[in-house]
Amino acid sequence: MNALEIHGLSAGYGGQPIVRDIRLTVGTGEIVALLGANGAGKTTTLRAASGVLRHSGKLHLDGQDISGVSAARRVALGLAHVPQGRGTFVDFSVEENLRLGAYSVTSAQRIQDDTAYWFGVFPRLKERRAQLAGSLSGGEQQMLAIARAMMTRPKVLMCDEPSLGLAPAVTADLFVLLRDLAADRGTGILIVEQNAHLTLEIAARAYVLEHGEIAIEGSAATLSRNSEIQRAYLGIEA
Amino acid sequence: MTLILQQLVEGLASGTIYAALAVALVMIHRATRIVNFAQGEMATFCVYLAWQMTVWGLPLYVALAIAAVLSFILGAAVFRLAIRPILSAPPEAIVVSCIGLFIGFQAMSLWLWGSDNLQFPRLFSNTIWTIADVRISANTAGMLVTLALLAGLLAAMFRFTRIGLAMRAAAAEREKSPYVGIEVETMLTLGWGLAAVFGFIAAVLAAPSLFLSPTMMLSVIIYALAAATLGGWDSPAGAIVGGLVVGVAETLGTTLVKAIGAELRLAIPFLLITLILFVRPQGLFGRSGTTRV
Ligand SMILES: Nc1ncnc2c1ncn2[C@@H]1O[C@H](COP(=O)(O)OP(=O)(O)OP(=O)(O)O)[C@@H](O)[C@H]1O
Ligand SMILES: [Mg+2]
Repeated sequence: MNALEIHGLSAGYGGQPIVRDIRLTVGTGEIVALLGANGAGKTTTLRAASGVLRHSGKLHLDGQDISGVSAARRVALGLAHVPQGRGTFVDFSVEENLRLGAYSVTSAQRIQDDTAYWFGVFPRLKERRAQLAGSLSGGEQQMLAIARAMMTRPKVLMCDEPSLGLAPAVTADLFVLLRDLAADRGTGILIVEQNAHLTLEIAARAYVLEHGEIAIEGSAATLSRNSEIQRAYLGIEA
Repeated sequence: MTLILQQLVEGLASGTIYAALAVALVMIHRATRIVNFAQGEMATFCVYLAWQMTVWGLPLYVALAIAAVLSFILGAAVFRLAIRPILSAPPEAIVVSCIGLFIGFQAMSLWLWGSDNLQFPRLFSNTIWTIADVRISANTAGMLVTLALLAGLLAAMFRFTRIGLAMRAAAAEREKSPYVGIEVETMLTLGWGLAAVFGFIAAVLAAPSLFLSPTMMLSVIIYALAAATLGGWDSPAGAIVGGLVVGVAETLGTTLVKAIGAELRLAIPFLLITLILFVRPQGLFGRSGTTRV
């Protein structure tokens, strides 16, 4: 069973459709890339999937139909989303951001354990636990956004351009982290990236969006090898 | 000196009323960017409900507790029915709606209970203590303790509880809150309910001295608006300090500047506020850059 299944998803703004008939799956522990040019509709797709944007179509999370479920409920059911840009609550401390991430978690013990766990993974966040998230560096904020999203122990994590504004070395660390999350915890990861080259290295499969529709899908290996696809859709000069 | 201390104490007493109402205004503004002019009239309506219950024979404190719960429900209902549908409307439309609520609640109080000034029972005993020649009534002390307790509870709730954190998050980051599973509208509804309780408490503290009438809170809301502006529109702590400062400025100013007299009482705190806002436009506790007009 797939962790996330999306069928015939359409969404837009103000009655104007932006993405149409998206069909996409993410397996348990699988990393899937969603690629495409600026304005192709990647962010719109993720926002619809997480329910903050009205949409038509069907979504299943671990086999459960979540199509009619509110955005907040979807989080509780195990669909996490790190939105594009600052995914943190800037006026709240690092610790409060993690508490917010755990909003739908009822066990105080689990919140405590997970906070300790993520402070272990990111010692920099631990040092800055009382500091406002807005005062962290871009990289630290992205770490916090991911830790925050992981507090629910989600089945699927959607990341919208996590590498945006990060130095290459920090991006590399981040991708290693995502790969480990998928491998060790079985979290399905749907990652939107401009950096197609790097993303295809950690992803198993990829979808390419063009003008709001899925134009190509295939294994990451196939997409990396096909230089024509790379030039036409991904802006990579082979 | 004694006179000044005496005025200070009396100023603090009326300041608690302004502070409680200002907290209500600030909570609502912080969450929904709305200045709810009708807060005082909603509160007055609920004090009438409490008064009616005492007339029917309920003990005062039971009536107050029930009316506080009703205030919460009223505040939540006003948000759901009148405010939520127009949350994304232009600010002007919301101002008009709040004026509508103001007139509506005042009219309802007038229709149900008439325009006579009603005697509202005292909340605290008549005891007066004299400390270093300054008279402190149990009433004043009771009001200050009530405010301190409520402020402490509110601060603890916002800081330490899950629901308080979620309310703050929904207020500060309406867009991002759903991403962590917070139902924003539920939190805003709770915020409006809680604010209405604070407004109710302000009106209950005011009623024994101002006498209960449909327009009782008119001057109070003006002072509370001043207090919120002084403290900063996004800071409940600022609202409390602002309320106390306005109360003290009102009584002290009137005493110190005898020539001004009672007629210009209302003007003194505003003069002070204008001066302070020259220096800190965002208010004493407000964050710069977030002030919106
Ligand atoms: N809030 C909005 N209101 C109206 N149109 C929008 C809104 N957000 C995005 N759009 C439009 O939808 C289209 C797709 O935007 P989207 O943000 O999904 O693209 P994207 O693939 O994520 O691009 P990028 O790589 O630049 O982040 C764009 O044409 C954009 O102008
Ligand atoms: Mg985008």
